[in-house]
Amino acid sequence: MGSGRPVVELEAVTKSFGATKAVDQVSLEIQDGEFFSLLGPSGCGKTTTLRLIAGFEIPDAGGGEIRISGVRVNEKRPYDRGVGMVFQSYALFPHLDVGRNVGFGLRQRGTPEPEIAGRVGRALELVRLDPATYSRRRPAELSGGQRQRVALARALVLEPKILLLDEPLGALDLKLRKAMQLELKALNRTLGITFVYVTHDQEEALTMSDRIAVMDLARVAQLGTPADIYENPRTAFVASFIGESNLLEGRAAATVNGLVDVLGDGFRYQVRPDHPVAMGRAIKIAIRPEWMDLVEPGAVPPGENGLPGTVDEVIYLGETIHVIVALDIGSKVKVALRNEGQLIKPLPWVRGSRVAAAWLPEDAQVLEDDR
Amino acid sequence: MTLRRRVLGWFSRRPGAAATALLSPGVTWLLVFFVVPIALMLVYSTMRRGLYGGVVPGFTMENYRRFFDPLYLGILRRTVVWSVGCTVACLVIGYPVAYVIARATRWRQLLLLLVVLPFWTSFLVRTFAMIFLLRDSGLINGLLLRIGLIDQPIPLLYTPFAVMLGLVYGFLPLMILPIYASLEKLDDTLLEAAEVLGASPRARFFQVVFPLSLPGVAAGCLLTFIPALGSFLTSDLLGGAKQVMVGNLIQNQFTVARNWPFGSAAAFVVMGLVVGAVFGYLRRRDVEALTR
Amino acid sequence: MRRAPRGVMVAAGLVYAFLHAPLVALVVFSFNDSKFSASWTGFTFEWYRRLLERDDILEGLRRSLVVGAVATAVSTVFGTLIAVALARHRFRGRRTVETLLYLPLVTPEIIMGISLLSLFVLTGFPLGIVSVTTAHIAFCISFVAVVVGARLRGMDRHLEEAAMMLGADEWSAFWQVTVPQLLPGIVAGALLAFTMSFDDYVITSFVSGTGSATLPVVVYGMVRRNIEPSINAISTIIIVVTSLLIYIADRLQTDRRLSQGVKPARRIQQR
Repeated sequence: MGSGRPVVELEAVTKSFGATKAVDQVSLEIQDGEFFSLLGPSGCGKTTTLRLIAGFEIPDAGGGEIRISGVRVNEKRPYDRGVGMVFQSYALFPHLDVGRNVGFGLRQRGTPEPEIAGRVGRALELVRLDPATYSRRRPAELSGGQRQRVALARALVLEPKILLLDEPLGALDLKLRKAMQLELKALNRTLGITFVYVTHDQEEALTMSDRIAVMDLARVAQLGTPADIYENPRTAFVASFIGESNLLEGRAAATVNGLVDVLGDGFRYQVRPDHPVAMGRAIKIAIRPEWMDLVEPGAVPPGENGLPGTVDEVIYLGETIHVIVALDIGSKVKVALRNEGQLIKPLPWVRGSRVAAAWLPEDAQVLEDDR
Repeated sequence: MTLRRRVLGWFSRRPGAAATALLSPGVTWLLVFFVVPIALMLVYSTMRRGLYGGVVPGFTMENYRRFFDPLYLGILRRTVVWSVGCTVACLVIGYPVAYVIARATRWRQLLLLLVVLPFWTSFLVRTFAMIFLLRDSGLINGLLLRIGLIDQPIPLLYTPFAVMLGLVYGFLPLMILPIYASLEKLDDTLLEAAEVLGASPRARFFQVVFPLSLPGVAAGCLLTFIPALGSFLTSDLLGGAKQVMVGNLIQNQFTVARNWPFGSAAAFVVMGLVVGAVFGYLRRRDVEALTR
Repeated sequence: MRRAPRGVMVAAGLVYAFLHAPLVALVVFSFNDSKFSASWTGFTFEWYRRLLERDDILEGLRRSLVVGAVATAVSTVFGTLIAVALARHRFRGRRTVETLLYLPLVTPEIIMGISLLSLFVLTGFPLGIVSVTTAHIAFCISFVAVVVGARLRGMDRHLEEAAMMLGADEWSAFWQVTVPQLLPGIVAGALLAFTMSFDDYVITSFVSGTGSATLPVVVYGMVRRNIEPSINAISTIIIVVTSLLIYIADRLQTDRRLSQGVKPARRIQQR
């Protein structure tokens, strides 16, 4: 991946619009060459963060520092930062053909014409558009996917160190989106350019990113690799936003050898948290559906937690089967079971069956408080 | 760093500086040549008339009081009545046009253009066209005489009818365009749903189409009422001496009668009505938006 | 129901006739070989010829063109700047500026006319071609701002930002990206401004004083004195010129509307 030195640094950056904080004390470091995603629901501040890096927004007075390659850029205008950007709407210049669109930045720099032609051609080939066919076309004549590629080529032809992408795949259909995800990832690897990618699609972020910053309400809720985020979500928000989670509450009652007894309203279970937990503290855990299993009530394997309930729904998804169980304690959980062939090894439960939802203490994630 | 970059940097560090720079020329011009004159007029309306025209300083509400003289109230009443009448007439005859345009596909551009063109043609020319038709030696009388319906020209010009006709003729496009804009946004599936639920064409119109076009109707009424209120050319050329609207009164005070303070007061009364109408419209629109 | 019911279409047709017939009659009879309009006696260019002999008409035309050109140029620049500021910049007092912009559009012309006259007389500003131009600029700014503003709203906000990410500073981005996009709107706005200026009678009549009559003022005099069909002739010329300008402005505004504009009216299948 990178040389180890962060290429983009945000230090306690805050940006307000009027009385509202769009970005609140956000700090993060992006490594050279990495594919870094800003993920979150709309309004979480991810686009504002991207625009702060680009230079279209300026941090509040006393609202932190942004550094690119170690240099403070708060006062630098977007055109002086050496950063490329691909917009959600592609923002291709309608009055220029593809060739002149892609060559726009080179002309701004005063690059000689013959060199421009060559570099434009190579950039178009890089995004798999044949220069001979497409150079003379106008953006209006292109499909969404083609416009997207031209937007990419236009940014890449300048060989920026960092490329910012603001939900660039949102307008494409599913198949094209998946293909482009792979292409973008490949470009990131072969060109060695740092990608900073904004999306609200968690699957997309998990697929493409080296690291993800999950954002909510103007703050970073969690920053880590896709595996970190998925398997060890820190807050209920992250646990629910990425994939699905079953949430359970309770109060820490006793600890034995790192195993904590949690008492709830008429039930108890055990967790093995990563850090020591104070007794009496309110505990919230998240368990992913695929980490739960269903057993006969009373047949919970030793060492596992179990909660009895009644099967509410069985949802056949092909590869998996989701079973919604209404627990006796009142809440519902979703259990994801691998489908081993309903004709060969059918599920022993139907609606109304009595079951117990079981899981290992290690598989539950103890959550921190949301904000 | 070049000079240009330095200047741009200076602007970017000051939020609002760029906007101020861009706005200054136009806004200043409007302030000096629109706002200040009207403020001046307000001041004049509270002053006294000088001996040979002009104004004499000294606060007085005499001019406004004078407006309550039955003669002038009558003029105001007539103006308001005619303006309302013009608005209603424009609504009735303009709505079908807006409706047809909104439903047209191929001809829409052309139909719109055919409404827009007369609107932009000089008001003076359009008013003259009315004179040309209505005068004793005009087309209408000529036609009626030729086919023997009458043996003497009917005095059509210089009547309230002529003024009303002129007002409607002048402001009709201002009613059609907003209503068209409203109808154009109408979702056909709403009408289909109504049809499926058994509504007759008549019911579909009065219970679906018309209510949804009300924003456009309101806008159209406002855009017709206001110029009618302030109109002067129409009654001047088509009405003769007898059909006096407030606009004529004002013009008169500023030319022949040389009573600028009184003319200003009259102008302000009209402005008051205009502002009232606009505020009423905006309030209504905001309230509707809130309750939606 | 795709098309309007027969009755409504007939009604609409009659209204269209009402709108256009008087003007058509005006034009037709400008070629009529008779002083007393009512009946057609023969074709002639006489009335047009007479126009050329009239110094007041030619002078008025010249003044209208000069005033129109200057007023258009200035108001187009000012109006465009205002539109850009409103559409692309955040600032306090936006509401006030918008109100200020819309007020001239709803203020009756007579009020604008007398108030400006009051100002000019008070300050001793001479009444003439300059005062007329000044007044015209005042009421044209709003028009241009509204037309260009509409065009700006239909334009992708990110185009200028994209240009900046490619190395163009604000000034370059404005000239290389914004202006080419806006040009149809700016030209349309300019054409409308010119039309408004060229046609204006009311305001001009108050601020032109004596001896600086523009064309509409001259025509008004002719109408008042009920002179021969030369009025029809000059009216025809005005109608033709105005229609041409408006047609061009209309084409410009609808031609390049990429993201907004007349929606294709095919929401349901044709029955």
